[in-house]
Amino acid sequence: MVDFGFGLVPSSRINLDLFDKQKYEELASVEPDVRKCMSCGSCTAVCTAGNFVTTSLREAIESIHNGQPGKALEMLGSCQLCGKCAMVCPRGINTRHLILSINKIYGKI
Amino acid sequence: MIYEGKQKIWADYQKEIPDDHYFYVRSCIRQSFFPASEATFLDITRNRLGKDIFETEHHTTCGGIAYHSDTIPQETVMTIIARQFALMAKNGYENYVCSCITSFGLYCETMETWREFPELEAKIRENLWKTCKLDFAKPKFLIHASDLVYKYRNLIAKQAVHKLVNVHTGQPLRVVEHIGCHYSKMFPSKGVGGAEYPYVLVGMIEAWGGEIVDYPERRHCCGFGFRQYFIKGNRGYSISNTHKKFESMEPFHPDFIITNCPGCPYFMDRWQYVIAESTGKTYGKDGHGIPVLTYEEVAGLVMGYDPWDLGLQTHQVGVEPLLDKMGIEYDPEKKYLGKGGKDIGQPEPCICMK
Amino acid sequence: MKNNVLIVGGGPAGLEASSQLQRLGYNVILIERSAALGGHLAKWDRLFPSGVSAQDALKTLLGRIEGVKCFTDTEVQSINRLDKSYNVILSNGITVLADAVLMTTGFDLFEASRKEEYGYGIYNQVMTNADLEAYFRNHSDKRIDNPRRIGFVHCVGSRDEKAGCRSCSKVCCATAVKQAIEMKQAFPEADVFCFYMDLRLFGRHYEDMYLKAQKDYGIRFIRGRVAEVAENADGSLQVKAEDTVASKPLKVSLDLLVLMAGMRPSVSGRRVGELLEVPVEEDGYFSVREGIVSGQRSPLPGIFLAGAATGPKTLPDTLADARAAAVLVDDYLSGIFTEAKHYKNLVRELW
Repeated sequence: MVDFGFGLVPSSRINLDLFDKQKYEELASVEPDVRKCMSCGSCTAVCTAGNFVTTSLREAIESIHNGQPGKALEMLGSCQLCGKCAMVCPRGINTRHLILSINKIYGKI
Repeated sequence: MIYEGKQKIWADYQKEIPDDHYFYVRSCIRQSFFPASEATFLDITRNRLGKDIFETEHHTTCGGIAYHSDTIPQETVMTIIARQFALMAKNGYENYVCSCITSFGLYCETMETWREFPELEAKIRENLWKTCKLDFAKPKFLIHASDLVYKYRNLIAKQAVHKLVNVHTGQPLRVVEHIGCHYSKMFPSKGVGGAEYPYVLVGMIEAWGGEIVDYPERRHCCGFGFRQYFIKGNRGYSISNTHKKFESMEPFHPDFIITNCPGCPYFMDRWQYVIAESTGKTYGKDGHGIPVLTYEEVAGLVMGYDPWDLGLQTHQVGVEPLLDKMGIEYDPEKKYLGKGGKDIGQPEPCICMK
Repeated sequence: MKNNVLIVGGGPAGLEASSQLQRLGYNVILIERSAALGGHLAKWDRLFPSGVSAQDALKTLLGRIEGVKCFTDTEVQSINRLDKSYNVILSNGITVLADAVLMTTGFDLFEASRKEEYGYGIYNQVMTNADLEAYFRNHSDKRIDNPRRIGFVHCVGSRDEKAGCRSCSKVCCATAVKQAIEMKQAFPEADVFCFYMDLRLFGRHYEDMYLKAQKDYGIRFIRGRVAEVAENADGSLQVKAEDTVASKPLKVSLDLLVLMAGMRPSVSGRRVGELLEVPVEEDGYFSVREGIVSGQRSPLPGIFLAGAATGPKTLPDTLADARAAAVLVDDYLSGIFTEAKHYKNLVRELW
């Protein structure tokens, strides 16, 4: 192979065809309220960890939907399970249980 | 795909293309990229079809490459363009045909800007007189050379020696068309067939016996993008765009690609080589690439020009599989012989691409 | 003497206003351009938010118009303004001396093929909300063959200045959610995506419908307008949008794409409006008389407007508008035709 000093760059595009439906159904079976998120951002706004390091439950859910579970785990790595997000979620999602479930199901790679 | 639906859209985007009497301007880069294309255009229109196409050695670049690389003020570009138009009028023409898509887009943009900002037009008029002592004029009809070949497509078909048909199977060749971004994306009404489903090249392919294949990324840029290529650090991004197009067209197995822009055939041709040599991936059959041709080269093949006279040996992707399919005879020994039998040298053989 | 009221357009607004004015004792003449009454409602299957049958709703409306003179396949040919009334010649040769005219000319669905990038009429697997309702009614459409991945595009011909339709069509978000749920009911294995810019679920129970779509049907809502559709080699569609919540471009392969065509001013309604010289606003819908309290009055005396003739409306909004228009017509005619007032008082006393 020839090295031209430049090459293909990876695409940053979301490919919904890569969404893992089976795993998502597994998550939804233990925490059905994951489907209720409407991306309002309340959880991220109050996140204790998010003030210092990138942490966002809203973005983590979005990433799972978009077939990027690795990014979701990254988004939740600094979570302290303090529960502030559960207090503010307008749809009453049990966010702590959801975060633990995401880690449990998507973390075992 | 519902063909009638496309026909409806095509009917909405028809532009008036005068039959004859044109002032012709060349592209800066096409003569080195695809050396015979413009000469073939002139030979076909003048000598085969008997049209009046005038050319002057006094015309210059339109300034487009500098404009799109942010290295020239807009007023300067507009004055250069005004000079080109003035040369047209000075030579007694009112129909302007250009070989380059970048130029075509820039001319359209400039004319539109003058229409919207008459005070700017007045200023350019003054610039032109101060710098060149030329009278300001605007073309009555501004068209791209591919529009004109589209207009003459049936006349060319009448003189066809070869058709865009696989002589071994009798099936129409499967052709991908690629339109330069600046042909109609900025001003859909200025392009034959609009921007979403341009008809200018489709019309040629249909008239000459081929079959168009639509593929998902057909509207995607070839990857040139001016600054994206000129700076080496950006070339990975340039080639990734081209790669995306080829990945998208691969399942459709096109026999060749027809283009109407200076940059597109160049990048789609050369980047196939770079993709092959750096990743091992080729998109044609059995390790070949997909030949990429200009519309003049395709017209030339259809009309029976010798492939080496059309400059097809300067393509990176070998055109021989296409010539074989079309039943065109060629002498492999003469591939790298220039005018008067002069040896023009041979490229190094590729590792991954045949 | 009974006053004549001419109602132009036999959709829900025209039907409801007819029945109300008939009950108030007026001589109602309802004309409809097409062969059947009911307008767009006649073509719909079920209605949001509760999913009641459109045909049942239409039957109820039709059941109330006894005594109304209905002319279908009939258009307005010419109109002359007289002192107190309008002399209207209909295409069936009948002349009506109308003391009041109510325009219930409704809307046209946006021609989805005008959004070229969506490929309606070009790609086999692209359909509109109206096509899907037709499928729900006859259970047959060659585009629908056990689709596994279905997309809904909101705002097709709405909130689109370039397409000449700046305003929101009001009903498409709720319709998309309703249709997405119905498709999920029909094809439980399918993945369903709704591409929206803003979800405008303003009405009562609409938000419940949205929650149900997410929670019970697992429908995925993606904030971003579909910008490009193309056909893959296998005939499926490649659809591109931006997930604006994730700030990333997105692509997805779909077996079916449903375009939520929005509401446009009715072209034939506009034609009648021109004969009457009813002014229109920039958005193409008829102007009502100045002031927020003028209701369903047009700027011209004796001419009233109801339903989508004055902009996109839901069915309940349209019906309420029609009833309100009937009251205003009565108000107007009672004021200027005193004998009529007397006559009506008599009728009311007897009734």
